[in-house]
Amino acid sequence: MKALVWRGTQDIRCETVPDPEIEDARDVVIKVTSCAICGSDLHLYDHFMPGMKSGDIMGHETMGEVVEVGSAAKSKLKVGDRIVVPFTIICGECDQCRRGNFSVCERSNRNKPLGDAAFGHTTAGLFGYTHLTGGYAGGQAEYLREPFSDATHIKVPQGIDDDKLLFLTDIFPTGWQAAVQCDIQPTDTVVNWGCGPVGQMAIRSAILLGAKRVIAIDRVPERLAMAEAGGAEVINYDEEPNIVARLNDMTDGKGPEKCIDSVGLEAHATGAVDAIYDRVQQATLMATDRIHVLRQMIMVCRPAGVLSIPGVYGGIADKFPIGALMNKGLTVRTGQTHVNRWTDDLLRRIEEGQIDPSFVITHTVGLEDGPEMYKTFRDKQDGCIKVVIKP
Amino acid sequence: MSHSTKGARGIGAHSTNEKIARGLGWFSIGLGIAELFATRPLTRAIGLEGKETIVRAYGAREIATGVAILMSHDPTPWIWGRVGGDALDLATLATGLEGNAGRRTNLGLAMAAVTGVTMLDLAVARGLTAEKSLADEPVADYSDRTGFPRGIEASRGAARDLDVPADFRIPGPLRPYGT
Repeated sequence: MKALVWRGTQDIRCETVPDPEIEDARDVVIKVTSCAICGSDLHLYDHFMPGMKSGDIMGHETMGEVVEVGSAAKSKLKVGDRIVVPFTIICGECDQCRRGNFSVCERSNRNKPLGDAAFGHTTAGLFGYTHLTGGYAGGQAEYLREPFSDATHIKVPQGIDDDKLLFLTDIFPTGWQAAVQCDIQPTDTVVNWGCGPVGQMAIRSAILLGAKRVIAIDRVPERLAMAEAGGAEVINYDEEPNIVARLNDMTDGKGPEKCIDSVGLEAHATGAVDAIYDRVQQATLMATDRIHVLRQMIMVCRPAGVLSIPGVYGGIADKFPIGALMNKGLTVRTGQTHVNRWTDDLLRRIEEGQIDPSFVITHTVGLEDGPEMYKTFRDKQDGCIKVVIKP
Repeated sequence: MSHSTKGARGIGAHSTNEKIARGLGWFSIGLGIAELFATRPLTRAIGLEGKETIVRAYGAREIATGVAILMSHDPTPWIWGRVGGDALDLATLATGLEGNAGRRTNLGLAMAAVTGVTMLDLAVARGLTAEKSLADEPVADYSDRTGFPRGIEASRGAARDLDVPADFRIPGPLRPYGT
């Protein structure tokens, strides 16, 4: 089959690789009908996340049709079923899964010692996302083997376009969880940093959940326009370098109650001293993550407010303002998304027409154009916000 | 490939200016290493004896600029930095013109080389700046992409029916009074 394969820093290729097969009784194999490039894939593309090996298949936003079923999955799935694949692989049986904390499933990371070493305790296995999270083949391919498939799937009905359903894999529940963990009140101002795909979903989720006001920060005109279309007031940080002062001005000097970081470890340098410092630290291997956005969030958030962090961080960071965080009594909510916890509800909202997540798609390509689209997406060229691949 | 937007442009990895900028980054590092570690032969050849400390400092500047160009997604400010550095280099070389009749040829060649590189730096910096200003203009109109089939106002608060799970609620003492 054809697949997008990681070969090194900024080197992703469309190659022919062996077809996946059933390896365990709980597996299924699906024929991929749609998949997408996620913003967090760019951390792998730029090789800021450790743990990739040459030959790894990329991709964790995938849906398709079941073509082969392992014996232990037959009670839940059959050939021909149409499923969306959550990016977190879950056993459905461990203590964390039983609590609904699916993204920290204790059993699905087959490289648990690596996960333990990296994070203290392992987190869930992920598709196509380093050997720290299991080294599973990803779904930017013609076929995907899905382990623990009897638990790790979202069965979806026929008759709804892939484009409306595909983002149940990751970015829609991720943006949704980011907003839900803000526990939004009707009086709240919610500020979202980063208007990439997750940010766009977080903005819509905050609107649906009834925030009084949503403010979005980015510097790419198309992304700001899309955020505004979704109901946000927007700030271009290239034109407004003092974000903290601007947000305080917009909130009568009190700061926003809820802050969402949809940026993660590759926050762009804006000329701010701390952003340049982060860049140097990262370049000299003194730190792995650039936390310019987190610093702004901690400083501007209203005391007793909430910081929600769906943006991906991978390692360590420097000059973290722990004093402000502690003294202001901020609540920090973070973590990879517990996808299956939200998807039944979100599927219902899509079916009822509350939201159509396909609004975010700007580019649709075949697998062979995937490597080029990584560059386009990373460089924010051509108005690129979300790339969908049809293998 | 089907796109819902206009043709590609911007300051991406494919731009010729960016490719030349990367080349200039490597050139900076090479020149910087020479200035740092072959300082005396260099100053002797162009008649700048006694200015070794300045040349070493310029070497460190070249290496830092080169690394920054290669590490940066947007090398534009660093290439402009190179243009400034070129001016400094030329000014320093010009100080060697007085009383250095024996090495004027070498000095003249060095100044000609720096002038050539300056022109290249200037052209690339201008090119990158022009591409960047183009990239700052929206290339697509997403103003109708609400994501809400029923419109924003009808959607605001439509999911207030969600029963936020207990473990996702903010702690009681941190809630506003009366909620």
